[in-house]
Amino acid sequence: MTRSPLLDVDELSVAFTRRRRRDVQAVDRISFSLREGRITGLVGESGCGKSVTSLALMGLLPARGVRVGGTARFRLGGGDEVDLLALPAARLRDLRGSEIAMVFQDPLSSLNPVVPIGRQVAEVLTRHRGLKGAAARGQAAELLARVGIPDPGRRLREYPHELSGGMRQRALIAMAVACRPRLLIADEPTTALDVTIQAQILELLAGLVAEEGTALLMITHDLGVVAGLCDEINVLYSGRTVEGAARHELFAAPTHPYTAGLLGSIPRLDAPRDEPLTPIRGTVDDAIGWDDGCAFAPRCDRFAEDCLGGPPPMRERRAGHRFRCLHPTEPAPGEESEGR
Amino acid sequence: MSLLEIEDLEVHFPIRRGILLERTVGRVRAVDGVSLSVAAGTTYGLVGESGCGKTTLGRAVLRLVDVTAGQVRLGGVDLAGLGAEELRRSRRRVQMVFQDPLGSLDPRQNVESLLMEGLEVHGLGAGRAERRARVADALEAVGLSARALPRYPHEFSGGQRQRIGIARALVLAPDLIVCDEPVSALDVSIQAQVLNLLEELQRERGLAYLVIAHDLAVVRHVSDTVGVMYLGALVEEAPGAGLYAGPLHPYTRSLISAVPVPDPAVEDGRRRILLQGDLPSPADPPPGCRFHTRCPWRQEERCATDRPELRTVAEGHKVACHYAESIAAGEIRPNPPG
Amino acid sequence: MPSRTQRIDRLAELVAARREDGEGRGVWREAFARMRRDPMAITGAAIVGVFLLVAVLGELIAPYSPTAQTWGAEVFPNRNVFVGPRAENWLGLDNLGRDQFSRMVIGARQTLLVGVVAAGLGFTAGALLGGVSGAAHTLGGRAGRRIDTVLMRFTDMMLALPTLLLAVSIAALLGQGLTTVMVAVGAAQIPIFARLLRGAMIAQGSRDYVLAARALGARRRRIALAHILPNSMGPVLVQLTLSLATAIIDAAALSYLGLGNPDPSVPEWGTMLADAQRFLGGAPQLAVFPALAIIVTALGFTLMGEAMRESLDPRLRN
Repeated sequence: MTRSPLLDVDELSVAFTRRRRRDVQAVDRISFSLREGRITGLVGESGCGKSVTSLALMGLLPARGVRVGGTARFRLGGGDEVDLLALPAARLRDLRGSEIAMVFQDPLSSLNPVVPIGRQVAEVLTRHRGLKGAAARGQAAELLARVGIPDPGRRLREYPHELSGGMRQRALIAMAVACRPRLLIADEPTTALDVTIQAQILELLAGLVAEEGTALLMITHDLGVVAGLCDEINVLYSGRTVEGAARHELFAAPTHPYTAGLLGSIPRLDAPRDEPLTPIRGTVDDAIGWDDGCAFAPRCDRFAEDCLGGPPPMRERRAGHRFRCLHPTEPAPGEESEGR
Repeated sequence: MSLLEIEDLEVHFPIRRGILLERTVGRVRAVDGVSLSVAAGTTYGLVGESGCGKTTLGRAVLRLVDVTAGQVRLGGVDLAGLGAEELRRSRRRVQMVFQDPLGSLDPRQNVESLLMEGLEVHGLGAGRAERRARVADALEAVGLSARALPRYPHEFSGGQRQRIGIARALVLAPDLIVCDEPVSALDVSIQAQVLNLLEELQRERGLAYLVIAHDLAVVRHVSDTVGVMYLGALVEEAPGAGLYAGPLHPYTRSLISAVPVPDPAVEDGRRRILLQGDLPSPADPPPGCRFHTRCPWRQEERCATDRPELRTVAEGHKVACHYAESIAAGEIRPNPPG
Repeated sequence: MPSRTQRIDRLAELVAARREDGEGRGVWREAFARMRRDPMAITGAAIVGVFLLVAVLGELIAPYSPTAQTWGAEVFPNRNVFVGPRAENWLGLDNLGRDQFSRMVIGARQTLLVGVVAAGLGFTAGALLGGVSGAAHTLGGRAGRRIDTVLMRFTDMMLALPTLLLAVSIAALLGQGLTTVMVAVGAAQIPIFARLLRGAMIAQGSRDYVLAARALGARRRRIALAHILPNSMGPVLVQLTLSLATAIIDAAALSYLGLGNPDPSVPEWGTMLADAQRFLGGAPQLAVFPALAIIVTALGFTLMGEAMRESLDPRLRN
């Protein structure tokens, strides 16, 4: 029984316009979808467009100097569908915090330093659920407890700088889930945290998804994190999706040379120590425009002449495993259909 | 005798208050009694999370921070006992690579000036020509061309800047390089380039490294010996290969269980050992074993009262835990959380 | 079939076409290049340029003498009879029958002098104070921090003194005159520059590249002069341009209050403004022209300073 996806992103593009210079195409027609209770990952390095994607979906991009294209159909609680990218600002503000919420990377700069934590959480409740005073505070304490903050009653009065990094991120998550959003976007939520704290936060997020049936869009550069957390993973490079697959499938059969290259260049705790790392040569700056060919071509060992003939189309390898490459690392067996 | 020997090193920062007259109201015990040694041509990896003191220790080796107690011996000579001028000259033998590739390069100096500085400061190289040759050699060793010389740091990518930082360290031909988070600010695909470069330079030049990082996988990959730090103390030390296979200290076990591995099959089969509570403040460390407030295996006896020593339990493997053997043998089970 | 080398060459071309390579431009040259394209900077520079030109060329531009009361017979201030702008005298005559336009042109030079000397004094003394303080704090250890504290308290005391009180005190010492005005205005600027440079140096002092210089074994003097100081000068230089603007205005204010040059033969915009106060009813243009000139000139310096600050801002790079 498959309902339509909760969020269906189709050909999302974001371009930053500059005076007298070429536009910067940060996101170049990416498509993916999210379902309730599932965790989808967007993986890539700097410049791949993953953060810009999340900002576009939340309507947090600046109004001027930005050109957004494509659609992002979101199914509301009542069953109606809206296009997030076309909503008026006021309507989007209503949705933010109540149906869609976001957790950012740096908790310290995302929290107001002069307002106690309890009040910040309560503000979300007041804004979207109309709770006031003691009722809001009570709910806030419950939320803090739910995200694993010990002694929540006392913490309500504390300021962000009095909490540790992990606690701050938990508080942010509490604010995000206060109104039980159906979609949660997490942009590098654990990158600034120690690895033991990161494990706690990831468990917390996974638990919230399981309990509430929230859809989680997890944005990160860490392949280890997505391996343990996400149901589906999309790999982004230079603004486009280059590979997308279910979790086990992606790691068992990394098809795009970039994905394979990334996996080969990460030191792994469970591999023999002497196993050499095979880095990807060049840097993300050594990319060519997608219009000229495959953006990854300058860094690719499997590069061939036809890689420069325009953007490679998305193909499908097995059901649900799509990739954008003319010379993938493992030849696609059998099925080759034109995907998106 | 090892190239670098650190013995009972303590680095405490006084907490000062007061407007005109500074009073010391407490001490932050950043490094609280650490001993380790690095042999020439080998790599020692120091790993730990924020607040464990590893960065401070690295800086103490270069005397960039004041040493409160203990010794740092380079080739047998205690650096603390040196006068200002001798200390300055000893800097030739130990160099540092910093975490932030952009912040560690003076934005107003071009690459040539950056690399020449070390030579000028120590009066090395018989003349301009010889200095240029040394600079060119260092540049080539890190894989950059001479075209980089007139350019400025902001014109390079992160990975290239880190290479410039490494070249700057190499130019003095040191015996030991302290690498403070050498790759954590770089993109994943670039990290491997820099790690490979460091290994290659070690092979070619017989360099010794003290690598300080929070990424356990990175540290293990490059190190011959790995030391795990927690709250200013070394809690475990083992050869790189053996640490993952058989961690003995509860903190190390927890740390290893928390590191994500890019393999869903492995991730699904793991059991995370989650720590309770927060990191205690280094200004007010817990009595006895520093880790006991968060240790899943904490026992009633000794843990809260006696500070465990770093003792050898197997060949090359040291642990600072009263009950390391019992935990390893399975005689003690972790306490249920809460 | 193109060879592998040819394919890689073609790739390199495509990559190079997309990338905008730098060619070894330092921070200042980059900032300057950016300023060349900034309309605010261009406007400011144009205004300042005109001002400088007028000040330097002075006598070559002024049609008449600034001090000769050539048309004295035509003007009767007591009876409110003045001469406004006309073909002969573009800006009219002042209360003594002198050509206003010529006075404005020659006055530019004096005004410039006042601004430059005052701001220069503030900058030099302030930078020295702030530089020593900042260097002591970052590199001097415990003793250095004490020196810094003492110097900064001294600076605070200077800041607490009202400019007017300072000016009057200096006038009591030095007597009335342009020197008094310049010294007073300059002295008021000293604590601003001091705090600015000290703050910038302390901020730079904790950066990694300073640590790296220490790790290399550089002596403290080298670190302070070659590393910290150059990187701290940005905000100070911006302040210099802004100080030029305010110095001119402050000097005008002090002249207006009677502390300026009592000699009427040397025109200066501030004193002209002061003298014109009595005739505001009958001949407002006598005040308006000098006021406008001061405002526009100050604006020019301010625009340049703002543009400089924006172009040096590292966050706006790339």
